[in-house]
Amino acid sequence: MNDINTAGWRPSLGTIDGAALPDTVTGNRALDLQEPLLFEIGHADRSGVDFDDVEPDVLPTLPRRAARVDLPGLSEPECVRHYTRLSRQNYAIDLGLFPLGSCTMKHNPRLNEKVARMPGFAAVHPLQPQSSVRGALTVIAELADWLVRLTGMAAVAMSPKAGAHGELCGLMAIHAALDARGEGDTRRVILVPESAHGTNPATAAFAGFAVAGIPAGPDGRIDLAALLARLGSDVAGVMITNPNTCGLFERDIKTIADAVHAAGGYVYCDGANFNAIVGRVRPGDLGIDAMHINLHKTFSTPHGGGGPGSGPVVLSAALADYAPRPHVVRDETGVRLVEAAADLPQAFGRMCAFHGQMGMFTRALAYILTHGADGLRQVSDDAVLNANYVLASLRNVLDAPFAGSGPCMHEALFSDHGFAEGFSTLDLAKGLIDEGFHPMTVYFPLVVHGAMLIEPTETESRAALDQFLGAMRSLAVRARAGDPALRAAPRHAPRRRLDETLAARKPRLVWRG
Amino acid sequence: MRMLPLGAADRAAMLATIGAQAIDDLFVDVPAEAVLHGPIPGLPLHASERAVERHMAALSAQNLTAEQAPFFCGAGAYRHHIPASVDHLIQRGEFLTAYTPYQPEIAQGTLQVLFEFQTQVARLFGCDVANASLYDGSTACWEAIAMATRVTRRNRAVLSGGLHPHYAETAATMARFAGDDLCMLPTRAEADSDDAAVIAAIDGQTAAVVVQYPDVMGRIPDLAAIAAAAHAQGALLIAVVTEPVALGLIESPGALGADVVVGEGQALGVGLQFGGPYLGLFACSEKFLRQMPGRLCGETVDADGKRGFVLTLSTREQHIRREKATSNICTNSGLCALAFSIHLSLLGGSGLERMASISHSRAVATARALGAVAGVSVINHTWFNEFALRLPRPAADVVEALAARGILGGVPLSRLCPDRADLADVLLIAATECTDMHDIAALAAALGEVLA
Repeated sequence: MNDINTAGWRPSLGTIDGAALPDTVTGNRALDLQEPLLFEIGHADRSGVDFDDVEPDVLPTLPRRAARVDLPGLSEPECVRHYTRLSRQNYAIDLGLFPLGSCTMKHNPRLNEKVARMPGFAAVHPLQPQSSVRGALTVIAELADWLVRLTGMAAVAMSPKAGAHGELCGLMAIHAALDARGEGDTRRVILVPESAHGTNPATAAFAGFAVAGIPAGPDGRIDLAALLARLGSDVAGVMITNPNTCGLFERDIKTIADAVHAAGGYVYCDGANFNAIVGRVRPGDLGIDAMHINLHKTFSTPHGGGGPGSGPVVLSAALADYAPRPHVVRDETGVRLVEAAADLPQAFGRMCAFHGQMGMFTRALAYILTHGADGLRQVSDDAVLNANYVLASLRNVLDAPFAGSGPCMHEALFSDHGFAEGFSTLDLAKGLIDEGFHPMTVYFPLVVHGAMLIEPTETESRAALDQFLGAMRSLAVRARAGDPALRAAPRHAPRRRLDETLAARKPRLVWRG
Repeated sequence: MRMLPLGAADRAAMLATIGAQAIDDLFVDVPAEAVLHGPIPGLPLHASERAVERHMAALSAQNLTAEQAPFFCGAGAYRHHIPASVDHLIQRGEFLTAYTPYQPEIAQGTLQVLFEFQTQVARLFGCDVANASLYDGSTACWEAIAMATRVTRRNRAVLSGGLHPHYAETAATMARFAGDDLCMLPTRAEADSDDAAVIAAIDGQTAAVVVQYPDVMGRIPDLAAIAAAAHAQGALLIAVVTEPVALGLIESPGALGADVVVGEGQALGVGLQFGGPYLGLFACSEKFLRQMPGRLCGETVDADGKRGFVLTLSTREQHIRREKATSNICTNSGLCALAFSIHLSLLGGSGLERMASISHSRAVATARALGAVAGVSVINHTWFNEFALRLPRPAADVVEALAARGILGGVPLSRLCPDRADLADVLLIAATECTDMHDIAALAAALGEVLA
């Protein structure tokens, strides 16, 4: 397992023998700085933390470890430099447009960071007496109230920790409701459109359901006839993403919801794309029974290089009683947390320890209060306007398979149709890196060949969009013409294309020297 | 509005490019009866930065914080000193505002951090490999049980009564829908952990044994004995660590025979944050590599032969395997993993040992002081930085009375086990290097007054 890259490249420690002079001794070039691993620069007996002088007083009964944990330490200046240098090898929203479709990479307001660090939110323990955290509980209650009103639903479960965790929560509520009806053992199937996020079928399986696929029609929307034909006494419900992953609003959503309800099932909506309709459309008005809201998408809590997220789930009146513990209740006596199973007999259980992603709640509430009902509506207007501007500006150079299906919502979908032989979506994406942009989402959704899903978000200016569109037009022309240089992209990034096959064939997940 | 760069002229010009008359034309596919023709009534309109900050600051001020009060709460979330450089570094926009590293050529910063994090977690837990994080300790605990059922092709798990009750409830909720069979031993307020009961409950159908180390009352189970009993029946031992700082002083679970070690990383770098976001840690033997949940970062080379890092083994994951994936997780706790990794790189092995030693010493001093209060006794035989007290009155009432005196005096066990009247008099007390002797004296004095 240790045979990857044993002679691999890393910055020199700075000695040369003079026989062969390299371009630079260190391997660095001005601000293009490489950085060794922590384990190559740290020392076992070095520490960057100063403690009070305390005389150790160790219980004789404590079973002591045989040897110190083998972990390198860094002094504070070494540490700050290590991570600062690493940070410079990342692309980020703060650096430029980040058009990952379905991921919603919008600007992260810095007030929200400040608010999350206020001591009354950052330095309180989840199990302090409730009398000592009234303000923190009020934050949860205020955010819950906004989410319920923005979606037109009956209730919200606040504890799920990310979108996929919210999906699980919603499907468990559906399962619990079916159990209560005595149909938990017979309604075993969740219908999932083939354009769905991968989390949807995975979630359905973990919530104890079987998955049946529903095809997309030629217009990029759910094949209504196929869905209606599949409904029956074995169907627990459907999971629909709306707007869908092709960037289109599911026009038939009301018809679908009515038919599913008539057939005895429930409608779960993947709310990953709620940012396209927030303030303009309430999912409750469309017949939705459960929907998670990615606070890290619609309400702009930072993605942090892969989380943390937060995935509260809004629930219809039919499912509200099954929401997991704890519940945050606000009434004339104030706000309180209800945690005991005896007080919530229908709650289906508990999703996680404690009460959810408080650090995300404070940020999302600050975002919502900043925008207000009018600003949130403007958010979806501008997100949809920007995406349609992208679609209109690129459809003459890139194949837009569903451009005839009506306006797109917050994201525009293209395919690799028309590229020169041997040129792929990946080549165009890597070319975008050399142009100074993060690539769009590629090869998703699966219903389009070589899919490119572009979500500009509302926080991009027209000038930023025009610069991006210029780069995209140029790359589209090169991909169609078969410019060989494109296949070598990226050439200007901290690394060129990485060997992912090798990484999977000989997995090396920890440093072993 | 300061977050929206488009102006009226931009919007008009862009609509013209699109060929639409008005923004409403772009929403034509929404069913007419669901269209809202203006801001949702009854909700506030936009507000200035100053106004929002004032509102949130007022809510913040309504809470009694760990910085203001003598503070002794633990039970799965611990207050440790976080060096200032940790928060500074995680606020670098290149870390804070990046996405999951799907494009490795321009995400080497995040990826190298994850590779270093995985190595740190594996070493801390005494395991071969670790993943790039899960949501928190409780969900990591369930993911470990689910993995054990896949590996052993059995569906029964034994949960120690020393497992945090929230973790046990989370597992029970998942098991209900996944169809797994949990043998959940009761929480017991005794001097030693329930090792014998755990061992007695293991049978030939058991996929996994789940033992918290130190347990929810701070006791330290004999993992080696439980591992031997589990392995004799073909079951895996899953060790759950909610206070990773303990491993500065006591042996790593992997070294004692645990097959999977999961935990809550909050104690290092993340902070209390009223319960989240926290950091799920997951480490195990290399032989379970292809059954692991969550993201994995691996080393490779680029087209020039330079060392680099990528997300790997994604054929386990939901975006490839869909309903056959090892987990449905997508977003995890990347930024919390960064904070943990920075804090641990500042500490190093020696700093971790020192932090653990001081935390333990303060807990010993706390137990001495509180054990001397009339009517109060320390239940534990031994402990790291958390122990249980038996009080002459219900602990929840005592904690409320202490809070009224400006002291956050621990977690009543009844908060975690509300249906267990027999545990009402048990109070969980934690100390760390942030606990000073004045805090201990203040708690002991107040406890004496409250119980008098």
